[in-house]
Amino acid sequence: MKQINVRKLITTVIVFLTSLLFLLPFAWMLSTSFKIEADVFTYPIQWIPERWNGFNNYMEVWFGDYPFYLYYWNSLKVAVLTTVLSCTVSALAAYGFSKVRFPAGKWLFLIVLATYMVPQQASLVPQFILYRQIGLFDSHLGLILLGSFSVLGTFMLRQFFMGIHDEYIEAAKIDGAGQWKIFWRIALPIVKPAIATYAILRFIWTWNDYQNPLIFLRTDALYTIQLAMQKFTTINGEFYSLIMAAAVSAILPLLLIFIFGQKQVIDGIALGGVKG
Amino acid sequence: MRIQTEELLASSKSARLRKKQKSSLEKNEHIAGWLFVAPMLIGVFMFVLLPIAATFVLSMTDWKFVQSMDQLKWVGFGNFTELMSDRVFLKSLLNNGIFLLTVPICMAISLLLAVVINKSVYMKGYFKVAFFMPYISSVVAIAVVWQVLFHPSAGPINQTLMALGIDNPPKWIADPNFSLISVMLIQIWISVGFNLIVYIAGLQAIPKQLYEAAEMDGANGWDKFRKITFPMVSPTSFFLLITGIIASFKVFDLIAVLTKGGPMHSSSVLVWHLYDTAFVNLDIGYSSAMAMVLFVIVFLITIIQWVGQKKWVNY
Repeated sequence: MKQINVRKLITTVIVFLTSLLFLLPFAWMLSTSFKIEADVFTYPIQWIPERWNGFNNYMEVWFGDYPFYLYYWNSLKVAVLTTVLSCTVSALAAYGFSKVRFPAGKWLFLIVLATYMVPQQASLVPQFILYRQIGLFDSHLGLILLGSFSVLGTFMLRQFFMGIHDEYIEAAKIDGAGQWKIFWRIALPIVKPAIATYAILRFIWTWNDYQNPLIFLRTDALYTIQLAMQKFTTINGEFYSLIMAAAVSAILPLLLIFIFGQKQVIDGIALGGVKG
Repeated sequence: MRIQTEELLASSKSARLRKKQKSSLEKNEHIAGWLFVAPMLIGVFMFVLLPIAATFVLSMTDWKFVQSMDQLKWVGFGNFTELMSDRVFLKSLLNNGIFLLTVPICMAISLLLAVVINKSVYMKGYFKVAFFMPYISSVVAIAVVWQVLFHPSAGPINQTLMALGIDNPPKWIADPNFSLISVMLIQIWISVGFNLIVYIAGLQAIPKQLYEAAEMDGANGWDKFRKITFPMVSPTSFFLLITGIIASFKVFDLIAVLTKGGPMHSSSVLVWHLYDTAFVNLDIGYSSAMAMVLFVIVFLITIIQWVGQKKWVNY
Protein backbone atom coordinates (compact mmCIF):
# COMPACT_ATOMS: atom_id res chain seq x y z
CA MET A 1 0.00 0.00 0.00
CA LYS A 2 1.15 3.49 -0.79
CA GLN A 3 2.13 5.36 2.32
CA ILE A 4 0.51 8.69 3.05
CA ASN A 5 3.13 11.39 3.06
CA VAL A 6 2.50 13.71 6.04
CA ARG A 7 4.21 16.68 4.48
CA LYS A 8 2.23 16.28 1.29
CA LEU A 9 -0.96 16.02 3.32
CA ILE A 10 -0.26 19.26 5.19
CA THR A 11 0.52 21.05 1.94
CA THR A 12 -2.72 19.75 0.47
CA VAL A 13 -4.68 21.15 3.41
CA ILE A 14 -3.00 24.57 3.07
CA VAL A 15 -3.64 24.76 -0.68
CA PHE A 16 -7.19 23.55 -0.06
CA LEU A 17 -7.78 26.45 2.33
CA THR A 18 -6.42 28.82 -0.32
CA SER A 19 -8.75 27.31 -2.89
CA LEU A 20 -11.69 28.18 -0.63
CA LEU A 21 -10.94 31.85 -1.34
CA PHE A 22 -11.72 31.07 -4.96
CA LEU A 23 -14.81 28.97 -4.33
CA LEU A 24 -16.52 30.72 -1.40
CA PRO A 25 -17.91 33.61 -3.49
CA PHE A 26 -19.60 30.97 -5.65
CA ALA A 27 -20.89 29.11 -2.62
CA TRP A 28 -22.24 32.38 -1.23
CA MET A 29 -23.90 33.18 -4.54
CA LEU A 30 -25.53 29.76 -4.72
CA SER A 31 -26.78 29.70 -1.14
CA THR A 32 -28.06 33.27 -1.33
CA SER A 33 -30.04 32.43 -4.45
CA PHE A 34 -32.11 30.02 -2.33
CA LYS A 35 -32.76 32.41 0.56
CA ILE A 36 -35.62 34.73 1.35
CA GLU A 37 -34.53 38.35 1.03
CA ALA A 38 -34.56 39.01 4.79
CA ASP A 39 -31.91 36.33 5.41
CA VAL A 40 -29.43 37.49 2.78
CA PHE A 41 -27.18 39.51 5.05
CA THR A 42 -27.66 37.56 8.27
CA TYR A 43 -24.35 37.25 10.03
CA PRO A 44 -22.70 34.78 10.65
CA ILE A 45 -23.37 33.72 7.08
CA GLN A 46 -25.98 30.98 6.70
CA TRP A 47 -24.26 28.74 4.19
CA ILE A 48 -27.28 26.48 4.21
CA PRO A 49 -30.42 28.65 4.09
CA GLU A 50 -32.69 28.26 7.11
CA ARG A 51 -35.73 29.39 5.17
CA TRP A 52 -35.81 28.12 1.60
CA ASN A 53 -37.18 30.30 -1.16
CA GLY A 54 -35.24 28.88 -4.09
CA PHE A 55 -38.20 27.85 -6.20
CA ASN A 56 -39.84 31.27 -6.07
CA ASN A 57 -36.58 33.10 -6.70
CA TYR A 58 -35.75 31.10 -9.79
CA MET A 59 -39.33 31.25 -11.10
CA GLU A 60 -39.25 35.04 -10.76
CA VAL A 61 -35.92 35.24 -12.63
CA TRP A 62 -36.85 32.84 -15.41
CA PHE A 63 -40.51 33.61 -16.02
CA GLY A 64 -41.16 36.88 -14.14
CA ASP A 65 -41.44 40.42 -15.48
CA TYR A 66 -38.01 40.25 -17.02
CA PRO A 67 -37.95 36.68 -18.36
CA PHE A 68 -34.56 35.05 -18.61
CA TYR A 69 -35.66 32.25 -20.92
CA LEU A 70 -35.87 34.77 -23.74
CA TYR A 71 -32.37 36.12 -23.15
CA TYR A 72 -31.08 32.59 -22.71
CA TRP A 73 -32.41 31.72 -26.11
CA ASN A 74 -30.73 34.83 -27.62
CA SER A 75 -27.41 33.98 -26.00
CA LEU A 76 -27.60 30.38 -27.08
CA LYS A 77 -28.38 31.39 -30.66
CA VAL A 78 -25.58 33.95 -30.85
CA ALA A 79 -23.01 31.72 -29.12
CA VAL A 80 -23.75 28.60 -31.16
CA LEU A 81 -23.81 30.37 -34.52
CA THR A 82 -20.67 32.38 -33.70
CA THR A 83 -18.90 29.19 -32.70
CA VAL A 84 -19.87 27.35 -35.87
CA LEU A 85 -18.95 30.23 -38.16
CA SER A 86 -15.73 31.00 -36.32
CA CYS A 87 -14.59 27.36 -36.42
CA THR A 88 -15.31 27.19 -40.15
CA VAL A 89 -13.52 30.42 -41.03
CA SER A 90 -10.55 29.66 -38.78
CA ALA A 91 -10.17 26.06 -39.95
CA LEU A 92 -10.22 27.11 -43.61
CA ALA A 93 -7.70 29.88 -43.03
CA ALA A 94 -5.51 27.71 -40.81
CA TYR A 95 -5.34 25.04 -43.51
CA GLY A 96 -4.67 27.61 -46.21
CA PHE A 97 -1.85 29.19 -44.24
CA SER A 98 -0.19 25.92 -43.26
CA LYS A 99 -0.72 23.37 -46.03
CA VAL A 100 -1.29 25.24 -49.26
CA ARG A 101 1.79 26.78 -50.80
CA PHE A 102 1.16 30.14 -52.39
CA PRO A 103 3.55 33.05 -52.54
CA ALA A 104 1.37 35.56 -50.69
CA GLY A 105 0.59 33.08 -47.90
CA LYS A 106 3.51 33.91 -45.65
CA TRP A 107 3.08 37.64 -45.47
CA LEU A 108 -0.72 37.42 -45.41
CA PHE A 109 -0.39 35.26 -42.31
CA LEU A 110 1.92 37.84 -40.75
CA ILE A 111 -0.63 40.57 -41.42
CA VAL A 112 -3.42 38.51 -39.88
CA LEU A 113 -1.25 37.66 -36.88
CA ALA A 114 -0.27 41.31 -36.44
CA THR A 115 -3.93 42.32 -36.14
CA TYR A 116 -4.06 40.27 -32.94
CA MET A 117 -2.35 43.21 -31.26
CA VAL A 118 -5.07 45.67 -32.21
CA PRO A 119 -7.29 46.13 -29.16
CA GLN A 120 -10.89 45.81 -30.29
CA GLN A 121 -11.71 49.01 -28.44
CA ALA A 122 -9.42 50.91 -30.79
CA SER A 123 -11.64 50.05 -33.75
CA LEU A 124 -14.99 50.18 -31.96
CA VAL A 125 -16.25 53.55 -33.19
CA PRO A 126 -15.71 52.89 -36.93
CA GLN A 127 -17.24 49.43 -36.47
CA PHE A 128 -20.26 51.11 -34.93
CA ILE A 129 -20.54 53.61 -37.81
CA LEU A 130 -20.07 50.85 -40.39
CA TYR A 131 -22.76 48.72 -38.78
CA ARG A 132 -25.24 51.57 -38.82
CA GLN A 133 -24.48 52.23 -42.49
CA ILE A 134 -24.93 48.65 -43.68
CA GLY A 135 -27.84 47.81 -41.41
CA LEU A 136 -26.11 45.28 -39.15
CA PHE A 137 -26.60 47.43 -36.07
CA ASP A 138 -28.97 46.06 -33.43
CA SER A 139 -29.12 42.58 -34.96
CA HIS A 140 -27.92 39.15 -33.91
CA LEU A 141 -26.30 38.66 -37.31
CA GLY A 142 -24.09 41.69 -36.71
CA LEU A 143 -23.04 40.35 -33.34
CA ILE A 144 -22.30 36.90 -34.77
CA LEU A 145 -20.15 38.35 -37.56
CA LEU A 146 -18.15 40.42 -35.06
CA GLY A 147 -17.09 37.30 -33.17
CA SER A 148 -16.47 35.06 -36.15
CA PHE A 149 -13.07 36.21 -37.41
CA SER A 150 -10.74 35.10 -34.69
CA VAL A 151 -7.02 35.41 -35.21
CA LEU A 152 -6.46 33.33 -32.10
CA GLY A 153 -8.58 30.48 -33.49
CA THR A 154 -6.72 30.57 -36.78
CA PHE A 155 -3.39 30.56 -34.99
CA MET A 156 -4.36 27.68 -32.69
CA LEU A 157 -5.69 25.48 -35.47
CA ARG A 158 -2.73 26.31 -37.70
CA GLN A 159 -0.44 24.81 -35.06
CA PHE A 160 -2.34 21.54 -35.39
CA PHE A 161 -2.49 21.53 -39.19
CA MET A 162 1.28 22.05 -39.23
CA GLY A 163 1.61 18.81 -37.29
CA ILE A 164 0.15 16.82 -40.21
CA HIS A 165 2.95 15.29 -42.26
CA ASP A 166 3.27 16.67 -45.77
CA GLU A 167 3.65 13.13 -47.13
CA TYR A 168 -0.05 12.49 -46.52
CA ILE A 169 -0.95 15.50 -48.57
CA GLU A 170 1.57 14.75 -51.33
CA ALA A 171 0.26 11.20 -51.54
CA ALA A 172 -3.31 12.42 -51.87
CA LYS A 173 -2.25 14.87 -54.56
CA ILE A 174 -0.61 12.10 -56.57
CA ASP A 175 -3.89 10.21 -56.32
CA GLY A 176 -5.48 13.24 -57.95
CA ALA A 177 -7.23 14.79 -54.97
CA GLY A 178 -7.72 18.55 -55.04
CA GLN A 179 -6.91 20.79 -52.07
CA TRP A 180 -10.55 20.97 -51.04
CA LYS A 181 -10.87 17.19 -50.95
CA ILE A 182 -7.63 16.88 -48.98
CA PHE A 183 -8.85 19.46 -46.50
CA TRP A 184 -12.25 17.85 -46.05
CA ARG A 185 -11.31 14.18 -46.12
CA ILE A 186 -7.82 14.06 -44.62
CA ALA A 187 -6.80 17.19 -42.72
CA LEU A 188 -10.07 18.05 -41.00
CA PRO A 189 -10.64 14.61 -39.42
CA ILE A 190 -7.12 14.68 -38.00
CA VAL A 191 -7.55 18.04 -36.28
CA LYS A 192 -11.08 17.33 -35.03
CA PRO A 193 -10.04 17.28 -31.33
CA ALA A 194 -8.35 20.67 -31.72
CA ILE A 195 -11.48 22.10 -33.32
CA ALA A 196 -13.58 20.73 -30.44
CA THR A 197 -11.27 22.49 -27.97
CA TYR A 198 -11.43 25.76 -29.83
CA ALA A 199 -15.21 25.44 -30.22
CA ILE A 200 -15.70 25.08 -26.46
CA LEU A 201 -13.47 28.08 -25.75
CA ARG A 202 -15.18 30.21 -28.39
CA PHE A 203 -18.60 29.29 -27.00
CA ILE A 204 -17.54 30.29 -23.46
CA TRP A 205 -16.02 33.57 -24.63
CA THR A 206 -19.07 34.46 -26.70
CA TRP A 207 -21.49 33.53 -23.92
CA ASN A 208 -19.51 35.75 -21.55
CA ASP A 209 -19.13 38.70 -23.90
CA TYR A 210 -20.61 41.87 -22.46
CA GLN A 211 -18.95 44.68 -24.36
CA ASN A 212 -20.12 43.91 -27.90
CA PRO A 213 -23.78 43.29 -27.03
CA LEU A 214 -23.70 46.48 -24.92
CA ILE A 215 -22.56 48.55 -27.87
CA PHE A 216 -24.21 46.81 -30.80
CA LEU A 217 -27.64 45.88 -29.39
CA ARG A 218 -30.41 48.30 -28.50
CA THR A 219 -33.67 46.32 -28.61
CA ASP A 220 -34.49 44.71 -25.30
CA ALA A 221 -35.91 41.58 -26.95
CA LEU A 222 -32.53 40.94 -28.61
CA TYR A 223 -30.49 41.17 -25.39
CA THR A 224 -28.07 38.39 -24.51
CA ILE A 225 -27.89 36.96 -21.01
CA GLN A 226 -25.03 39.23 -19.91
CA LEU A 227 -26.92 42.39 -20.83
CA ALA A 228 -30.08 40.96 -19.28
CA MET A 229 -28.15 40.14 -16.11
CA GLN A 230 -26.91 43.73 -15.87
CA LYS A 231 -30.35 45.18 -16.52
CA PHE A 232 -32.00 42.77 -14.10
CA THR A 233 -29.57 43.98 -11.43
CA THR A 234 -30.49 47.59 -12.11
CA ILE A 235 -34.22 46.90 -12.02
CA ASN A 236 -34.14 44.69 -8.94
CA GLY A 237 -31.52 46.82 -7.19
CA GLU A 238 -32.18 45.72 -3.64
CA PHE A 239 -33.41 42.16 -4.15
CA TYR A 240 -30.11 40.40 -3.64
CA SER A 241 -31.58 36.90 -3.50
CA LEU A 242 -33.06 37.42 -6.96
CA ILE A 243 -29.84 38.91 -8.29
CA MET A 244 -27.92 35.89 -7.08
CA ALA A 245 -30.44 33.53 -8.70
CA ALA A 246 -29.85 35.47 -11.92
CA ALA A 247 -26.07 35.21 -11.49
CA VAL A 248 -26.28 31.46 -10.93
CA SER A 249 -28.42 31.18 -14.07
CA ALA A 250 -25.90 33.17 -16.13
CA ILE A 251 -23.00 30.95 -15.02
CA LEU A 252 -24.77 27.58 -15.08
CA PRO A 253 -24.31 26.66 -18.77
CA LEU A 254 -20.61 27.48 -18.51
CA LEU A 255 -20.29 25.21 -15.50
CA LEU A 256 -21.99 22.36 -17.34
CA ILE A 257 -19.75 22.82 -20.37
CA PHE A 258 -16.71 23.06 -18.14
CA ILE A 259 -17.60 19.89 -16.26
CA PHE A 260 -18.06 17.90 -19.47
CA GLY A 261 -15.30 19.52 -21.51
CA GLN A 262 -12.85 20.11 -18.68
CA LYS A 263 -9.95 18.35 -20.34
CA GLN A 264 -10.49 20.17 -23.63
CA VAL A 265 -10.73 23.55 -21.93
CA ILE A 266 -7.66 23.11 -19.76
CA ASP A 267 -5.60 21.54 -22.55
CA GLY A 268 -6.64 24.27 -24.93
CA ILE A 269 -5.59 27.02 -22.53
CA ALA A 270 -2.34 25.24 -21.67
CA LEU A 271 -1.49 24.60 -25.29
CA GLY A 272 -2.35 28.07 -26.47
CA GLY A 273 -0.25 29.35 -23.61
CA VAL A 274 2.85 27.26 -24.04
CA LYS A 275 3.02 27.56 -27.78
CA GLY A 276 2.23 31.26 -27.51
CA MET B 1 0.01 8.81 -72.48
CA ARG B 2 1.50 12.18 -71.76
CA ILE B 3 4.42 10.69 -69.94
CA GLN B 4 5.23 8.48 -72.89
CA THR B 5 5.12 11.40 -75.24
CA GLU B 6 7.33 13.42 -72.99
CA GLU B 7 9.94 10.70 -72.98
CA LEU B 8 10.05 10.76 -76.72
CA LEU B 9 10.38 14.49 -77.04
CA ALA B 10 13.65 16.31 -77.27
CA SER B 11 14.99 17.41 -73.91
CA SER B 12 14.50 21.15 -74.42
CA LYS B 13 10.94 20.68 -75.55
CA SER B 14 10.03 18.39 -72.67
CA ALA B 15 11.48 20.80 -70.18
CA ARG B 16 9.32 23.57 -71.53
CA LEU B 17 6.26 21.35 -71.39
CA ARG B 18 6.93 20.30 -67.84
CA LYS B 19 7.38 23.89 -66.85
CA LYS B 20 4.04 24.73 -68.38
CA GLN B 21 2.34 21.86 -66.57
CA LYS B 22 3.97 22.75 -63.35
CA SER B 23 2.94 26.36 -63.65
CA SER B 24 -0.68 25.41 -64.25
CA LEU B 25 -0.57 23.14 -61.18
CA GLU B 26 1.04 25.96 -59.26
CA LYS B 27 -1.63 28.33 -60.44
CA ASN B 28 -4.33 26.01 -59.15
CA GLU B 29 -2.53 25.75 -55.85
CA HIS B 30 -2.32 29.54 -55.60
CA ILE B 31 -6.02 29.92 -56.29
CA ALA B 32 -6.82 27.26 -53.71
CA GLY B 33 -4.65 29.07 -51.17
CA TRP B 34 -6.42 32.36 -51.74
CA LEU B 35 -9.83 30.72 -51.51
CA PHE B 36 -9.02 29.04 -48.20
CA VAL B 37 -7.84 32.22 -46.53
CA ALA B 38 -10.29 34.58 -48.25
CA PRO B 39 -13.09 34.54 -45.61
CA MET B 40 -10.60 35.27 -42.83
CA LEU B 41 -8.92 38.03 -44.86
CA ILE B 42 -12.24 39.68 -45.64
CA GLY B 43 -13.16 39.57 -41.94
CA VAL B 44 -9.82 40.98 -40.83
CA PHE B 45 -10.08 43.72 -43.43
CA MET B 46 -13.69 44.62 -42.56
CA PHE B 47 -13.42 44.39 -38.79
CA VAL B 48 -9.83 45.34 -38.01
CA LEU B 49 -7.79 46.98 -40.78
CA LEU B 50 -10.45 49.26 -42.22
CA PRO B 51 -11.74 50.40 -38.79
CA ILE B 52 -8.25 51.09 -37.45
CA ALA B 53 -7.48 53.22 -40.52
CA ALA B 54 -10.81 55.01 -40.01
CA THR B 55 -9.99 55.56 -36.33
CA PHE B 56 -6.74 57.19 -37.38
CA VAL B 57 -8.56 59.58 -39.74
CA LEU B 58 -11.37 60.31 -37.26
CA SER B 59 -8.87 61.06 -34.49
CA MET B 60 -7.91 64.20 -36.41
CA THR B 61 -11.46 65.49 -36.64
CA ASP B 62 -14.06 67.12 -34.48
CA TRP B 63 -17.30 65.26 -35.06
CA LYS B 64 -20.29 64.11 -33.00
CA PHE B 65 -22.49 61.07 -33.57
CA VAL B 66 -25.57 63.23 -33.92
CA GLN B 67 -24.07 65.38 -36.68
CA SER B 68 -24.19 64.74 -40.40
CA MET B 69 -21.04 64.09 -42.41
CA ASP B 70 -20.64 67.68 -43.68
CA GLN B 71 -20.33 69.00 -40.15
CA LEU B 72 -17.10 67.09 -39.73
CA LYS B 73 -14.30 69.49 -38.89
CA TRP B 74 -10.63 68.81 -39.52
CA VAL B 75 -8.54 69.63 -36.43
CA GLY B 76 -5.24 67.84 -37.12
CA PHE B 77 -3.51 66.94 -33.87
CA GLY B 78 -5.80 69.19 -31.84
CA ASN B 79 -7.50 66.28 -30.08
CA PHE B 80 -4.16 64.92 -28.94
CA THR B 81 -3.06 68.25 -27.50
CA GLU B 82 -6.38 68.47 -25.72
CA LEU B 83 -5.88 64.96 -24.28
CA MET B 84 -2.61 66.05 -22.70
CA SER B 85 -4.50 68.47 -20.45
CA ASP B 86 -7.63 66.33 -19.92
CA ARG B 87 -7.53 65.47 -16.22
CA VAL B 88 -9.88 62.52 -16.47
CA PHE B 89 -7.87 61.07 -19.35
CA LEU B 90 -4.57 61.47 -17.49
CA LYS B 91 -6.11 59.96 -14.37
CA SER B 92 -7.37 57.02 -16.44
CA LEU B 93 -3.94 56.52 -17.96
CA LEU B 94 -2.34 56.60 -14.51
CA ASN B 95 -4.90 54.04 -13.32
CA ASN B 96 -3.95 51.80 -16.24
CA GLY B 97 -0.36 52.08 -15.05
CA ILE B 98 -1.35 51.07 -11.52
CA PHE B 99 -3.56 48.31 -12.89
CA LEU B 100 -0.47 46.78 -14.53
CA LEU B 101 0.62 45.68 -11.05
CA THR B 102 -2.03 42.96 -11.22
CA VAL B 103 0.02 41.17 -13.89
CA PRO B 104 3.22 40.37 -11.91
CA ILE B 105 1.26 39.80 -8.69
CA CYS B 106 -1.00 37.34 -10.42
CA MET B 107 1.98 35.62 -12.09
CA ALA B 108 3.80 35.24 -8.77
CA ILE B 109 0.77 33.75 -7.00
CA SER B 110 0.11 31.43 -9.93
CA LEU B 111 3.70 30.23 -10.21
CA LEU B 112 3.83 29.48 -6.49
CA LEU B 113 0.54 27.59 -6.64
CA ALA B 114 1.56 25.79 -9.83
CA VAL B 115 4.84 24.54 -8.32
CA VAL B 116 3.03 23.30 -5.21
CA ILE B 117 0.07 21.77 -7.04
CA ASN B 118 2.28 20.13 -9.65
CA LYS B 119 4.48 18.28 -7.17
CA SER B 120 3.32 18.16 -3.61
CA VAL B 121 -0.44 17.85 -3.21
CA TYR B 122 -3.15 15.22 -3.43
CA MET B 123 -6.28 15.88 -5.52
CA LYS B 124 -4.49 17.73 -8.32
CA GLY B 125 -7.56 17.62 -10.54
CA TYR B 126 -9.73 19.31 -7.91
CA PHE B 127 -7.29 22.19 -7.51
CA LYS B 128 -7.04 22.84 -11.24
CA VAL B 129 -10.83 23.15 -11.40
CA ALA B 130 -11.25 25.16 -8.18
CA PHE B 131 -8.77 27.87 -9.12
CA PHE B 132 -10.05 27.90 -12.69
CA MET B 133 -13.69 28.55 -11.75
CA PRO B 134 -13.50 32.37 -11.71
CA TYR B 135 -11.85 32.43 -15.15
CA ILE B 136 -14.58 30.31 -16.69
CA SER B 137 -17.48 32.25 -15.17
CA SER B 138 -18.98 35.30 -16.80
CA VAL B 139 -17.48 38.58 -15.67
CA VAL B 140 -20.87 40.25 -15.36
CA ALA B 141 -22.20 37.63 -12.94
CA ILE B 142 -18.94 37.63 -10.97
CA ALA B 143 -18.87 41.42 -10.80
CA VAL B 144 -22.42 41.49 -9.49
CA VAL B 145 -21.61 38.90 -6.83
CA TRP B 146 -18.56 40.90 -5.69
CA GLN B 147 -20.58 44.09 -5.68
CA VAL B 148 -22.78 42.53 -3.01
CA LEU B 149 -19.89 40.88 -1.15
CA PHE B 150 -18.17 44.29 -0.98
CA HIS B 151 -21.34 46.06 0.25
CA PRO B 152 -19.98 48.72 2.68
CA SER B 153 -22.20 47.99 5.69
CA ALA B 154 -24.12 44.75 5.17
CA GLY B 155 -21.71 42.85 2.88
CA PRO B 156 -20.23 39.59 4.19
CA ILE B 157 -16.65 40.81 3.77
CA ASN B 158 -17.05 43.91 5.90
CA GLN B 159 -19.21 42.04 8.43
CA THR B 160 -16.37 39.55 8.78
CA LEU B 161 -13.81 42.34 9.10
CA MET B 162 -15.92 44.04 11.79
CA ALA B 163 -16.37 40.73 13.62
CA LEU B 164 -12.57 40.47 13.59
CA GLY B 165 -12.41 43.83 15.37
CA ILE B 166 -11.75 46.21 12.49
CA ASP B 167 -14.13 49.06 13.24
CA ASN B 168 -13.86 51.09 10.07
CA PRO B 169 -13.32 48.70 7.18
CA PRO B 170 -12.86 50.29 3.74
CA LYS B 171 -16.00 50.99 1.71
CA TRP B 172 -14.34 49.12 -1.20
CA ILE B 173 -15.88 50.05 -4.54
CA ALA B 174 -17.81 52.97 -3.02
CA ASP B 175 -14.61 54.52 -1.65
CA PRO B 176 -12.44 56.62 -4.03
CA ASN B 177 -9.33 55.42 -2.20
CA PHE B 178 -10.21 51.76 -2.54
CA SER B 179 -12.26 51.41 -5.73
CA LEU B 180 -9.30 50.76 -8.01
CA ILE B 181 -7.72 48.36 -5.53
CA SER B 182 -11.01 46.47 -5.23
CA VAL B 183 -11.26 46.07 -8.99
CA MET B 184 -7.61 44.96 -9.11
CA LEU B 185 -8.22 42.34 -6.42
CA ILE B 186 -11.11 40.88 -8.41
CA GLN B 187 -9.03 40.97 -11.59
CA ILE B 188 -6.27 38.98 -9.86
CA TRP B 189 -8.87 36.57 -8.50
CA ILE B 190 -10.18 36.01 -12.04
CA SER B 191 -6.84 35.56 -13.80
CA VAL B 192 -5.02 33.30 -11.36
CA GLY B 193 -6.75 30.23 -12.87
CA PHE B 194 -5.60 31.01 -16.39
CA ASN B 195 -2.01 31.73 -15.32
CA LEU B 196 -1.98 28.62 -13.16
CA ILE B 197 -3.03 26.28 -15.97
CA VAL B 198 -0.45 27.75 -18.32
CA TYR B 199 2.29 27.49 -15.67
CA ILE B 200 1.44 23.87 -14.84
CA ALA B 201 1.76 23.02 -18.54
CA GLY B 202 5.12 24.82 -18.58
CA LEU B 203 6.34 22.95 -15.49
CA GLN B 204 5.43 19.60 -16.96
CA ALA B 205 7.66 20.27 -19.94
CA ILE B 206 10.79 20.54 -17.75
CA PRO B 207 12.94 17.36 -18.04
CA LYS B 208 13.04 15.43 -14.75
CA GLN B 209 16.74 14.65 -15.16
CA LEU B 210 17.59 18.26 -14.41
CA TYR B 211 16.12 17.93 -10.92
CA GLU B 212 17.69 14.52 -10.38
CA ALA B 213 21.11 15.86 -11.30
CA ALA B 214 20.66 18.85 -9.01
CA GLU B 215 19.60 16.60 -6.15
CA MET B 216 22.75 14.56 -6.57
CA ASP B 217 24.74 17.77 -6.28
CA GLY B 218 22.94 18.42 -3.00
CA ALA B 219 20.66 21.25 -4.11
CA ASN B 220 17.76 22.11 -1.81
CA GLY B 221 14.23 23.06 -2.86
CA TRP B 222 14.93 26.77 -3.10
CA ASP B 223 18.08 26.18 -5.18
CA LYS B 224 16.14 23.98 -7.53
CA PHE B 225 13.42 26.60 -7.93
CA ARG B 226 15.88 29.45 -8.49
CA LYS B 227 18.31 27.63 -10.77
CA ILE B 228 16.03 25.25 -12.67
CA THR B 229 12.32 25.94 -12.40
CA PHE B 230 12.37 29.72 -12.74
CA PRO B 231 14.69 29.87 -15.78
CA MET B 232 12.97 26.91 -17.44
CA VAL B 233 9.52 28.51 -17.28
CA SER B 234 10.78 31.89 -18.48
CA PRO B 235 9.20 31.48 -21.95
CA THR B 236 5.88 30.82 -20.20
CA SER B 237 6.40 33.83 -17.96
CA PHE B 238 7.20 35.91 -21.00
CA PHE B 239 4.02 34.81 -22.72
CA LEU B 240 1.92 35.52 -19.62
CA LEU B 241 3.56 38.91 -19.19
CA ILE B 242 2.81 40.06 -22.74
CA THR B 243 -0.73 38.76 -22.85
CA GLY B 244 -1.39 39.92 -19.28
CA ILE B 245 -0.21 43.47 -19.89
CA ILE B 246 -2.13 43.75 -23.14
CA ALA B 247 -5.25 42.27 -21.51
CA SER B 248 -4.97 44.73 -18.61
CA PHE B 249 -5.33 47.59 -21.10
CA LYS B 250 -8.53 46.05 -22.43
CA VAL B 251 -10.33 45.54 -19.11
CA PHE B 252 -13.81 46.84 -19.62
CA ASP B 253 -16.53 44.51 -18.26
CA LEU B 254 -15.37 44.64 -14.66
CA ILE B 255 -15.23 48.43 -14.56
CA ALA B 256 -18.46 48.85 -16.51
CA VAL B 257 -20.44 46.62 -14.16
CA LEU B 258 -18.72 47.39 -10.85
CA THR B 259 -17.87 51.08 -10.72
CA LYS B 260 -18.52 52.80 -14.06
CA GLY B 261 -15.15 54.44 -13.52
CA GLY B 262 -16.28 56.05 -10.28
CA PRO B 263 -16.49 57.28 -7.62
CA MET B 264 -15.04 60.56 -8.92
CA HIS B 265 -13.13 58.85 -11.75
CA SER B 266 -11.05 56.99 -9.17
CA SER B 267 -11.35 53.69 -11.06
CA SER B 268 -11.56 55.03 -14.60
CA VAL B 269 -9.23 53.45 -17.13
CA LEU B 270 -8.42 54.36 -20.72
CA VAL B 271 -10.92 51.97 -22.27
CA TRP B 272 -13.73 53.04 -19.96
CA HIS B 273 -13.07 56.74 -20.63
CA LEU B 274 -13.00 55.95 -24.36
CA TYR B 275 -16.37 54.18 -24.15
CA ASP B 276 -17.85 56.98 -22.07
CA THR B 277 -16.65 59.64 -24.51
CA ALA B 278 -17.77 57.78 -27.62
CA PHE B 279 -21.07 56.18 -26.64
CA VAL B 280 -22.33 58.36 -23.79
CA ASN B 281 -21.03 61.79 -24.80
CA LEU B 282 -21.11 60.83 -28.50
CA ASP B 283 -17.84 62.62 -29.20
CA ILE B 284 -16.35 60.58 -32.05
CA GLY B 285 -13.28 62.62 -32.90
CA TYR B 286 -12.05 62.92 -29.35
CA SER B 287 -12.70 59.28 -28.48
CA SER B 288 -10.90 58.19 -31.65
CA ALA B 289 -7.84 60.10 -30.50
CA MET B 290 -7.99 58.05 -27.27
CA ALA B 291 -8.32 54.89 -29.33
CA MET B 292 -5.14 55.83 -31.20
CA VAL B 293 -3.32 56.35 -27.90
CA LEU B 294 -4.49 52.88 -26.79
CA PHE B 295 -3.37 51.38 -30.08
CA VAL B 296 0.08 52.99 -29.93
CA ILE B 297 0.60 51.90 -26.30
CA VAL B 298 -0.26 48.26 -27.02
CA PHE B 299 1.88 48.36 -30.16
CA LEU B 300 4.89 49.78 -28.29
CA ILE B 301 4.58 47.25 -25.46
CA THR B 302 4.60 44.40 -27.94
CA ILE B 303 7.65 45.77 -29.77
CA ILE B 304 9.60 46.46 -26.58
CA GLN B 305 8.86 43.00 -25.25
CA TRP B 306 9.85 41.24 -28.44
CA VAL B 307 13.13 43.10 -28.47
CA GLY B 308 13.76 42.63 -24.77
CA GLN B 309 12.85 38.95 -24.55
CA LYS B 310 16.19 37.74 -25.92
CA LYS B 311 17.93 39.08 -22.83
CA TRP B 312 16.09 37.01 -20.25
CA VAL B 313 14.12 34.21 -21.82
CA ASN B 314 15.66 30.76 -22.12
CA TYR B 315 14.37 28.76 -25.04
